[in-house]
Amino acid sequence: MRGFPEYFTIWHVAGHYALRIVAYLVLAFLIVPILVIIPLSFNAEPFFTFTSGMLALDPDAYSLRWYEEIITDQKWTLAIRNSFVIGIAAAILATVLGTVAAVGLASPWMPFKRMITALLLSPMIVPLIIIAAGMFFFYTGFGLVATYAGLIIAHAALGVPFVIITVTATLAGFDRTLFSAGVSLGGSPVRVFWDIVIPLIRPGVISGGLFAFVTSFDEVVLVLFLAGPQQRTIPRQMFSGLREQINPTILAVATLLVVLSVALLVTLEFLRRRSERLRGSP
Amino acid sequence: MAASVSDAPEAPRAQARGALQGTGGAGTTAGPRAAGPKRLAPEDARNAAREVRRRRLRAFLFVAPLLVFIMFAFVAPIATMLMRSAYNPTVADLVPASLEAIEAWDGEGRPSDDVLTQFAVDLKRLANDRTSGQLAEEINRYLPGTSSVVKSTARGLRRVDDDTLATSGATLLLEANDAWSEPGIWRALRNAGQVYTASYYLTALDLEFARDGSIQQRDTQIYLKLYGKTLWMALIITLLTLILGYPLAFHMAHSSTSRANFLMVFVLLPFWTSLLVRTTSWIALLQTNGVVNSTLIALGLTRDPLELLYTQFSTIIAMTHILLPFMVLPLYSVMRGIDPSYMRAAMSMGSRPIPAFLRIYLPMSLPGLSAGALLVFIISVGYYITPALVGGTDGQMISNIIAFHMQQSNNWELAAALGSLLLLLIVALYWLYDRFIGAGNIKLG
Repeated sequence: MRGFPEYFTIWHVAGHYALRIVAYLVLAFLIVPILVIIPLSFNAEPFFTFTSGMLALDPDAYSLRWYEEIITDQKWTLAIRNSFVIGIAAAILATVLGTVAAVGLASPWMPFKRMITALLLSPMIVPLIIIAAGMFFFYTGFGLVATYAGLIIAHAALGVPFVIITVTATLAGFDRTLFSAGVSLGGSPVRVFWDIVIPLIRPGVISGGLFAFVTSFDEVVLVLFLAGPQQRTIPRQMFSGLREQINPTILAVATLLVVLSVALLVTLEFLRRRSERLRGSP
Repeated sequence: MAASVSDAPEAPRAQARGALQGTGGAGTTAGPRAAGPKRLAPEDARNAAREVRRRRLRAFLFVAPLLVFIMFAFVAPIATMLMRSAYNPTVADLVPASLEAIEAWDGEGRPSDDVLTQFAVDLKRLANDRTSGQLAEEINRYLPGTSSVVKSTARGLRRVDDDTLATSGATLLLEANDAWSEPGIWRALRNAGQVYTASYYLTALDLEFARDGSIQQRDTQIYLKLYGKTLWMALIITLLTLILGYPLAFHMAHSSTSRANFLMVFVLLPFWTSLLVRTTSWIALLQTNGVVNSTLIALGLTRDPLELLYTQFSTIIAMTHILLPFMVLPLYSVMRGIDPSYMRAAMSMGSRPIPAFLRIYLPMSLPGLSAGALLVFIISVGYYITPALVGGTDGQMISNIIAFHMQQSNNWELAAALGSLLLLLIVALYWLYDRFIGAGNIKLG
């Protein structure tokens, strides 16, 4: 029993390994369901399950027909375009407003800080169905239902809490005397903000923006209530696909989305390391 | 990456006073109270106060644009929904004169002919404006089955000229349908005419107004049971994520940093993967001819495929999978900060592992545990998409019935009342979360 303290009995060691096995089983539970859909999306048959040909690794049992369907079906191409247009616009809106507000919230002079922070973070906690119902009532009066503007505003409101959280976290390590130094050397507050604060908190701002984009990109409840047929997004298209006629095109889309989230994960990890390097802490 | 919102508003003011005092007199570095008898000159005090106001205003101006945006895009819609649940002016706007006339009626027998005539006049106007259908729908909510009575009567009155209607409106109304001689439909009209009403909240709580105005139980109990089931399912999901998440977080927290970072990828990848993708996976796995059933049959564990999808079971398992990262991440970040030597010390002094764990480790991991549990519980209480897609009939939660009333039955006021009650529940939980964990301490990745 190398590597264990002397007072360990055989039961301690057994417990140690049992814990490790449980942990790996839970990891498998987390990851296997996501990985399973990837081979299924190459199914040559319109089924949601492995055919005997696929299990025998017969090349004819695999095909790219569902991927072809995505790029040829107008409904999917429109949905992909909408998702990116709405997601990017909502992320920019949320990031600009959220970053400026986070700088104010980080100030020790900010009045009603606790209350305002709770209010600005609340879109993250209130159930989407309630937000959707309320927005449907309220936005109707402004003609915002079934428009891009309505969805962009709605999704930006959902993304704001994530920008606030990430930027405030970055600002926690920000030396405020740098700001005073800039002002004392004659820079206007706006100039100092732009030339000194923004470059230092940029990793936090970008990851906040990514969070806001993903929130919009993944959101479907508000789209169900607020979007017209012209504003259908990828999740909305998947939702109706899963409800009406299940077909492996959804699995192909899902696989592409998994690839996208891997790319996002790598980007965020890169930003996190960069932010730590800039702050000079390990 | 934790955001801290700890400073009380008093702290900066005290600092400012201290600092400004320091510049005015001898080198006092302590706070204003410790400064003793020395006081600021009135002019200095005024300048200091002005400076404090200026800085507070500047900080506030940074937040103001977002605050305005959130007020419009988020707070006002929620307020509209709250309003809608108790405020419905439709009928009052449609037939104001009739409602005024019916005020004097005692609620027994048939209202006076004046009331009937006035209503007949109003109804003709609505029929010609094509708004009688709205009135029919509103009255129907209070007395089911009356929609067709109102609509057919309105159609009949459209061709009658105004003079005949003004003199013999009551007779025409009674001839058109027998229902108009009964008190029930008039009571329904009067109730529907109330601009502010608690009736939707009563419906949402499975209660109703009895004829004498007292509150009684409804015959069919739907919503309270559904709230109970929603809370119960949320509790089960929270416990499952805890049972699965705790050992995983423990193992990760006590691995080397590089190994922990590697394992973290497997937690973060599902976290970052679209909700719809994860729900799709569970449909592919659990459906009748899906992966799980095929495997079970191939292994000979069952002959006929099991009904796994579209049940409460599939809702719970899919939601546990989706929400597990929300439990693991706060647990991990707290456990990472627990010094392992405490456990080693306890065990080297002869404690057995389980008591040592319960008395030393578990209490130290409680902040992460409660943060994760509350977060998972709050999210699952209001969940909509997964129950809608994999829930079938017995996996539906409160959000799904709200969506049903919004989209299918078009009873928006009831949807708003159910939503308001759900919101109240969430706000209470959020308050707990903020009180014990701090809303600003939510961590991401």
